[in-house]
Amino acid sequence: MGVLSNLRICDFTGQLAGAGATRTLAAFGAQVIRIEDPVTEGRWDILRGMEPFVDERRGGEFGGGFQNHNVEKLAITLNLRTERGRELLAEIVARSDVVAENFAAGVLARLGFPYERLREIRPDVIYVSNCGFGHRGPYSAFKTWGPIVQACSGLTFTSGLPDLPPAGWGYSYMDHHGANFMAFAILAALVHRNRTGEGQWVDMSCTDAGAAMLGPVVLDYTVNGRPARRPGRPDSNHDEWGSMAPHNVYAALGDDEWVAIACRDDADWERLAAVVDEDWVRDPRYATLAGRLAAQADLDDRLGAWCAARDKFAVQAALIGAGVPGVAVQRPGERIEDDPGTTDFGLWPWVEHELMGRLRVDGLPYHLAETDWSIERATSLLGGDNDLVYGDLLGLSAAEIDDLRAEGVI
Amino acid sequence: MATTGPHGSPEPPPAPAADALGPLTGLRVVELAHEATEFAGRMLADFGAEVILVEPPGGARQRTYGPFVDDVPDPERSLWFWHYNTNKFGVVLDLDVAADRETFAGLAATADVVLEGETPGRLAALGIDEPDLRAANPGLVWTSVTPFGRTNPRALEPMTDLTLLANAGPVWSCGYDDHTIPPVRGGGNQGFQTAGIHAATATLVAVLHRDATGRGQHVDVSMHAANNVTTEFATYGWLVAGETVQRQTCRHAAARPTQFTMSTDKDGRFCPTGVPPRAAKEFRTLIDWIDDRGWRDDFPAIAFLELGEERGGVNFADIATDPLVGEIFGAGRDALIFIASRLTSYEFFLEGQTRGLALPVIYSPEEVVEDPHFRARGFAVEQHHPGIDRTVTYAGAPVTMDASPWRWQRHAPTLGEHQHLVDGPARPQSS
Repeated sequence: MGVLSNLRICDFTGQLAGAGATRTLAAFGAQVIRIEDPVTEGRWDILRGMEPFVDERRGGEFGGGFQNHNVEKLAITLNLRTERGRELLAEIVARSDVVAENFAAGVLARLGFPYERLREIRPDVIYVSNCGFGHRGPYSAFKTWGPIVQACSGLTFTSGLPDLPPAGWGYSYMDHHGANFMAFAILAALVHRNRTGEGQWVDMSCTDAGAAMLGPVVLDYTVNGRPARRPGRPDSNHDEWGSMAPHNVYAALGDDEWVAIACRDDADWERLAAVVDEDWVRDPRYATLAGRLAAQADLDDRLGAWCAARDKFAVQAALIGAGVPGVAVQRPGERIEDDPGTTDFGLWPWVEHELMGRLRVDGLPYHLAETDWSIERATSLLGGDNDLVYGDLLGLSAAEIDDLRAEGVI
Repeated sequence: MATTGPHGSPEPPPAPAADALGPLTGLRVVELAHEATEFAGRMLADFGAEVILVEPPGGARQRTYGPFVDDVPDPERSLWFWHYNTNKFGVVLDLDVAADRETFAGLAATADVVLEGETPGRLAALGIDEPDLRAANPGLVWTSVTPFGRTNPRALEPMTDLTLLANAGPVWSCGYDDHTIPPVRGGGNQGFQTAGIHAATATLVAVLHRDATGRGQHVDVSMHAANNVTTEFATYGWLVAGETVQRQTCRHAAARPTQFTMSTDKDGRFCPTGVPPRAAKEFRTLIDWIDDRGWRDDFPAIAFLELGEERGGVNFADIATDPLVGEIFGAGRDALIFIASRLTSYEFFLEGQTRGLALPVIYSPEEVVEDPHFRARGFAVEQHHPGIDRTVTYAGAPVTMDASPWRWQRHAPTLGEHQHLVDGPARPQSS
């Protein structure tokens, strides 16, 4: 029994930008009924059949990302092309607090369930639609995936080094945050509903959310007239606002090994200088932030040379030990297996999947003292919870459920 | 069936009533000013919570962060502080002074939520930590946002946005194909904001529990953990298959290299061309686009696009084994690069998307707020700022809610602007 165990979600989400939202709520006990199309075997969610794989087996039950994003949810099938399928969906909606989806804008409406219809069925329903450009505005029909969202919201541009193409994010950063803002919005809408009795439509546009994450950069333009697109920018390993120096990623000993070091103030610099303890650190130019910024290129060269001769974790131990933010750029295996920052936090829970066996997945990055999250259950196979949902929840008999299967409704 | 708007867009949600209040209206949050909490506090304030920012004498450290209005450093001119503290109230308390600690305790007794990012142990040493104040307010939700969580072995390590993103995973995945170039930290304080979104979310879970049971609790957020679970395939590729991704220029880090897909537009701007077409109708779309622009003679490989359409598309799996499929696939990629090179990035995006192709434009942040779509959604908000007597345009709502909307309410507080909230007689707790 979790803190949200009275909450039921009629869930059409997929990929990460949607599935990641209902995953969080499921980890707190919400009953998330994930609805998939039996005709396409749920392949609308392309992650179902995509790498990573635990072994040589392939197919819709073996996508590692899909498993990660759908723990603690129920899996049912429902064919909305059929009249009976639409009737059953109406019955599920009537019993649901939330309807969540991240189809392209308008898809659920074309399936027969626009917001007005959902509200007829369930007057206080919280309907959350999540797509790249939202349901309003000239680009609402445009197609996106994570990197497009990041490009169109300013996040790709602001990640890079001078005179090079944008580096971008190297992953679908905004799929994570599309999901995270979506979870926040669902919870906020529940707070509102619990106090007022009123449901609503939450129109989540991932590009809005992305653009909202660059506030100070926008203000520098709108107040100071200084665009981010200007020579020498972006320069995102240095501090954007000249508040810290040194502040960079430096090569460490070994192949493709790196450290990141930031001196927040002159005191940090003095501690760093004591660790490095070479003649150059006593250059009086470096004593003040203004001096270090003016000589940043030299400073980067000299500190870089010091780092290049050292193991990245040795640098981390020496600098952290001295109270200076200076750490290894960790590879996945290092931060997942050997870092007490994650392992002692219990960040990688295990689930048992019917076909794939024991799997580790992402946990949630917080603990609640009394009603903490729990991730123990892998998602069921396609349609694996049909009997539970159509039987226990909707009250259909085993024979009726068999008929639905035979007729291709589920 | 759905009706469509003038741009072929689906029926929009209803507009909120002009006087509609945010979903968290009535929730009182006391935030100890800290860069670890400022984004979470802002989210709660944006959606209606009464967030009282408690700053030390002289102001929060974030008031010293640039950029500054007209580049003049001043505690009242930090645009960083303005952005993250919009919609909050502000008071000044010196927690090193007993009387102010009493005031803080009194304020916490009236609060639904305390949000703080203090170094673990500091508040306990001052006698004003969560366990000290719990008895006076059993329903209090207390959210701590710290680098590693309060009880982790690494709890007392220092951290900045750069070192957070480097140590927790994101930096490993970001950068360039050339691995002699350092990996890259994405700009914009994203590591701290990532922790903030999670903190706000976890806080609302605890608020819902409190609303149902009357019981508050401690919420312990780890910024390092938050960024560790925000790296997509880099994490689950390791967890599931033991794979280590490698960074690539402006595309997903991957365990196996993927093709470079960047073009430059006619102005020399970088322009990613996305995933090359494979379906027959996508080949037809490219052929039509080239013909509509009258560029057929400049792109001889159009014959391969026509072949791609005739064959009913190509299968990605056949590229390695069938040279003709490889040629067709390559022609699709080259067609996108060719078209991009002859248009502005914006034309490429707009024309491509209008033709149904999932293509991006790389906007800088200022270009986003001026884009017609974001304007039509009312994303940017203009407000007169009395402190500088200018109208200021701010980034706006991350999420739109029709019944209980995000709303601009007030500028970030000047130092001690709402001191009356603590100097007067204690307010009775609202129900």
